[in-house]
Amino acid sequence: MSNADSNVGNVILVDVREPDDAPLTPPGDPLPGARRTADLQVRLLDQNDRQAAENRAVFKARGIRALNFVSSPGSGKTALLERTLDALAGEVRCAVLVGDLETDNDARRLRRPGLPVAQITTGGTCHLDASMIARGLAALPIEGVQLLFIENVGNLVCPASFDLGENRRVTLLSCTEGEDKPLKYPPIFTSAHAVILNKIDVAAILGFDRAAALANIRRVAPQAEVFELSARTGEGCEQWLAYLRGLL
Amino acid sequence: MHELGIAESALEVALAHATAAGATRVLRMVIRVGALSGVDPEALRFAFTAILPGTPAEGATLQIDSVAAIAYCPDCQQDFVPDTSHFFECPSCSRLSATVKQGRELDLVRIEMI
Repeated sequence: MSNADSNVGNVILVDVREPDDAPLTPPGDPLPGARRTADLQVRLLDQNDRQAAENRAVFKARGIRALNFVSSPGSGKTALLERTLDALAGEVRCAVLVGDLETDNDARRLRRPGLPVAQITTGGTCHLDASMIARGLAALPIEGVQLLFIENVGNLVCPASFDLGENRRVTLLSCTEGEDKPLKYPPIFTSAHAVILNKIDVAAILGFDRAAALANIRRVAPQAEVFELSARTGEGCEQWLAYLRGLL
Repeated sequence: MHELGIAESALEVALAHATAAGATRVLRMVIRVGALSGVDPEALRFAFTAILPGTPAEGATLQIDSVAAIAYCPDCQQDFVPDTSHFFECPSCSRLSATVKQGRELDLVRIEMI
């Protein structure tokens, strides 16, 4: 047998098929054995929470008490702030940060002599976060300020997840919204220090059941102080103002 | 839609860890979402479908582990699960409790990569 013959006859087999029990993987897919797992346990809001802690430290160092107002659009955050600012004028030094998707309408409504007011335009973001507050603080003359009011974007869902570093979170519910809002949107009430039931002046006309609303608030926010008031008429606002003075 | 920002930060953390570990692709992300976190799992899932294409995590499996809320009644000294009919009312004594033991979680638990 010549070398040529043996070369013709000898075939080296290289089997590149996967074993039958292993499914064929499409090109580009990884080998099963190379897959690795990394345990991370990273809190996704960690970055926001760190900035919130920094904000909190700034507030503490400067003797500022910060309140974060959250509610649906149209429940009266701006109206309540207008009345509050007027009532505390000359007595407590206040400052305001207002968040909205667009326009500075709210900030213009809240302008008062000697009151630092800044509008934070989020341009579509549905909530304020801690870094926006830090930027707002940098733009605002806050020397000597005792109470900082932060009016969040009108939204009953998203702002609940974002700590701004505030000392008190105040959630508003208005009588035009329905008694069961706290049950439908629990997180924003569960995380509140105070809950305000606003527009009680029109509750009777609307057939709004205040007792049912209060029971619902208690159920999702047993920890919260509750105030019933009308920012428009001023009814019930004394307790609210006393609460604010108590923070100083 | 704050779920979009949360999905983005999860992807950022996952890719940073994968790169540091010498991996080129992320195959699976496991995210823990508490019932009181204010995040809607379906909205989160939707956000990921929008941001994963074109990244090393394209095609990755997203596993969302839901965590039920657990509250604690100091009178009865027992845990209870707040449900959507009673919320934070203790089922034994009907006292309303403000002590939340779990349910606020929002974590990137682990990733699988190659």
